[in-house]
Amino acid sequence: MRGIGKRFPGVVALDNVSLSVGKGEVLALCGENGAGKSTLMKILGGVYQPDDGQVLVDGQPVKINNVTDAMKLGIAFIHQELNVLDNLDVAANVFLGREPVLGPFKLINQKKIYADTEPYLKRLGVDISPRTRLDKLSIAQQQMVEIAKALSLNARIIIMDEPTSSLTLSETERLLELVAELGKSGVSVVYISHRLAEVDRCADRVVVLRDGKNAGGLDRSQISHDSIVSLMVGREIKSAYAASSCAKTPGFFKVRNAKTSRFPGKTISFDATRGEILGFAGLVGAGRSELMKALVGLDAAGGAEVSIGGDSLRIASPRDAIGHGIYLVPEDRRGEGLVTSMTVRENTTLPSLKKFTQLFMIVRDRERKVANEQIASLKVKTPNCETRVVNLSGGNQQKIVLGKWLSMSPKVMILDEPTRGIDVGAKAEIYRIMRALADNGAVILMISSDMEEVLNVSDRIMVMHEGSITGVLDRAACTEENIMQLAVGKQIAAAQAAFAS
Amino acid sequence: MKKELGILTLLLVLCGVTAAMNPQFLSTANLTSNANLIGIYGIFGIGLGLIIITGGIDLSVGSVFALCGVLLPMALRDWNWPWPLALLCALGLPMLLGAAHGTLITKMKIQPFIITLCGLMIYRSVARFIARDNTKGFGDAQGFETLKHIATGKCGGVPNTFIILIIIAVIMWFVLHRSTYGRYLFAVGRNEDATRFSGVNTKLLIGSTYVVAGLLTGIAGVLFAFYTNSISPSIHGNSYELYGIAAAVLGGCSLRGGEGSIIGILIGTAIFRVLQNLVILLGIDSSLEFAVMGTVVLIGVLADQFFQERAKRKLVRQ
Repeated sequence: MRGIGKRFPGVVALDNVSLSVGKGEVLALCGENGAGKSTLMKILGGVYQPDDGQVLVDGQPVKINNVTDAMKLGIAFIHQELNVLDNLDVAANVFLGREPVLGPFKLINQKKIYADTEPYLKRLGVDISPRTRLDKLSIAQQQMVEIAKALSLNARIIIMDEPTSSLTLSETERLLELVAELGKSGVSVVYISHRLAEVDRCADRVVVLRDGKNAGGLDRSQISHDSIVSLMVGREIKSAYAASSCAKTPGFFKVRNAKTSRFPGKTISFDATRGEILGFAGLVGAGRSELMKALVGLDAAGGAEVSIGGDSLRIASPRDAIGHGIYLVPEDRRGEGLVTSMTVRENTTLPSLKKFTQLFMIVRDRERKVANEQIASLKVKTPNCETRVVNLSGGNQQKIVLGKWLSMSPKVMILDEPTRGIDVGAKAEIYRIMRALADNGAVILMISSDMEEVLNVSDRIMVMHEGSITGVLDRAACTEENIMQLAVGKQIAAAQAAFAS
Repeated sequence: MKKELGILTLLLVLCGVTAAMNPQFLSTANLTSNANLIGIYGIFGIGLGLIIITGGIDLSVGSVFALCGVLLPMALRDWNWPWPLALLCALGLPMLLGAAHGTLITKMKIQPFIITLCGLMIYRSVARFIARDNTKGFGDAQGFETLKHIATGKCGGVPNTFIILIIIAVIMWFVLHRSTYGRYLFAVGRNEDATRFSGVNTKLLIGSTYVVAGLLTGIAGVLFAFYTNSISPSIHGNSYELYGIAAAVLGGCSLRGGEGSIIGILIGTAIFRVLQNLVILLGIDSSLEFAVMGTVVLIGVLADQFFQERAKRKLVRQ
């Protein structure tokens, strides 16, 4: 791939990026969240078309317009979220769309489809029958089926995006061995991973992207944990941190032994200070969103001991959390934050609707008053409060989600990726709102995968890795380097403990 | 509101055409009988509408009619229960069944279609068994004249069933369009996650609609039993759930949930009844009754889709 550029509305995702992979080579592609790894691979896989540059296979320039073109060139993409049909069996998945047929009615040749699947499974060394339904298999086995499918397509390049993110240790071992075997048998592998230990083990070469540009490459002999991290960071970040002068109360909000279903073996404890914005950094999949959902009673594992200002609380459902003034602004704004077919007024009052009633009837004038107050104080751009939320821009929608909680005086406000997909102006507005809220004596917990945001907005930063908190950075220790080290699971001296026992 | 005006126009056109082609349509007897049936259809139609707004469905209505329709005359005449008690049971039983449906749907996470389909089969069969497949009736209503009068009487020439519908419709209009409960129903029907994240007990909410609908089904069932006064358990109320669903959909309820209105359901019900009447009055072969109704529902839904797509395109162009 040579000089690849890709722009999305408002962002340059890739800028003059080049990458090559040799036959039988295992290439690891590293970078922070949003560095452009996935975009680059989606271009190779035919999901996106590049705006600049060209892709060459065997020295010939090729045009990959769609996924089918990529397949024909022998490029297979194994996504982090597997694309399998779990209601069909292994053979049906491997040969989907290319089923061997028989006779004038083109019936599926049952014998052949199963017989043809066997050798691929054998080659991968997995002991499953081609007749097993996919929903009877573990995630690791389903992944093997995807790899078998790639092999059956005569794939010469297999792209794996975070393939080990949901695998157990022994499954990861097996996959890494397999990647090495694939390389030996002449298949090229592009391996995207946040786990540097894996990269260290299996990669022949490492390419690092940073902010949509090539940050550098490392040969086998140069690969080490520190050398990769130093290439990943090193970006200049404009410091725009605005410290607040309001009184802080450490240990105001305490969480002990929170459990999540995603990482059932791990418990999380931390303290948050009244009046601070506590950033939660980490790589995608570190369990940050899961932790926050558990705090508001949305995770069945539950069991967290939570206290505000010394009073311990029982939280079994979002209702309980809301009752105690703990509110969540979820990551999925349209799916979980808003009923988009309803109006601004109706969304604003949804969690506090009971307050707007008289003799069981909703008093719309009172609703309008509160909705209009929020529209004015948050500077929401909407014709009026009777506009359906679906017709507003992302930034304005996010302000509505904030507005519904702000009208209920939050004690603890949890924001999950509060500015994702929002333009710069609205972002600044949202930071201002968060700071004002903290200054008013609330605790703000903010998950963000945007390094610049987390560094510029947080008073302290808590870093998570694989379902645990690896450390907390005080303002003075908040550097990109420190966050990255903690995010990939390394202990560093600058970090503090997450809570005082 | 636009949608309601659209179907109101359709209703008026249908009435106009029928009246023009057969003046019999406007006769007192015909209007009374239509008002009676609109009353009955409308009451359980509103119940079904609530369920449909949450994104659910209830297929068991017709069979519940049969069950209550058989048990009520037996309780009154064979077992000589005082009528208030019999009435209480005739309303309580459908509520209990609704509670059972609601619990299975929300706690066991079984699809409403399946649960109520099982109900459809079970309750009718039980009704036939209890009645030994005999037709039941209220006879001369000795001892429960008051109940019979409430169910079949008239007030100023308007059948009581229609008056009861109007009372229920007014109450339910406030419940659906003005109370928090109603607001939550629309919210949960469109986005259950966002509603739950806002602190609403969505399971209880969804389950409760089946109980409310059960009550309305019970009321309609009692009125319908008195209206026919001849309850043959194998055919009484057969496929009435589909009438209710068709009327609700005609009236603007979306089976995807989150949309619908009481006024719409009322107009949809009226259209449905007028169509039944039209087939008879215009001398159309009665075997074509459902073909006519099916076609009108189809046209209604297609037209609605057409206007929605057009509105969407307009929005995009802006």
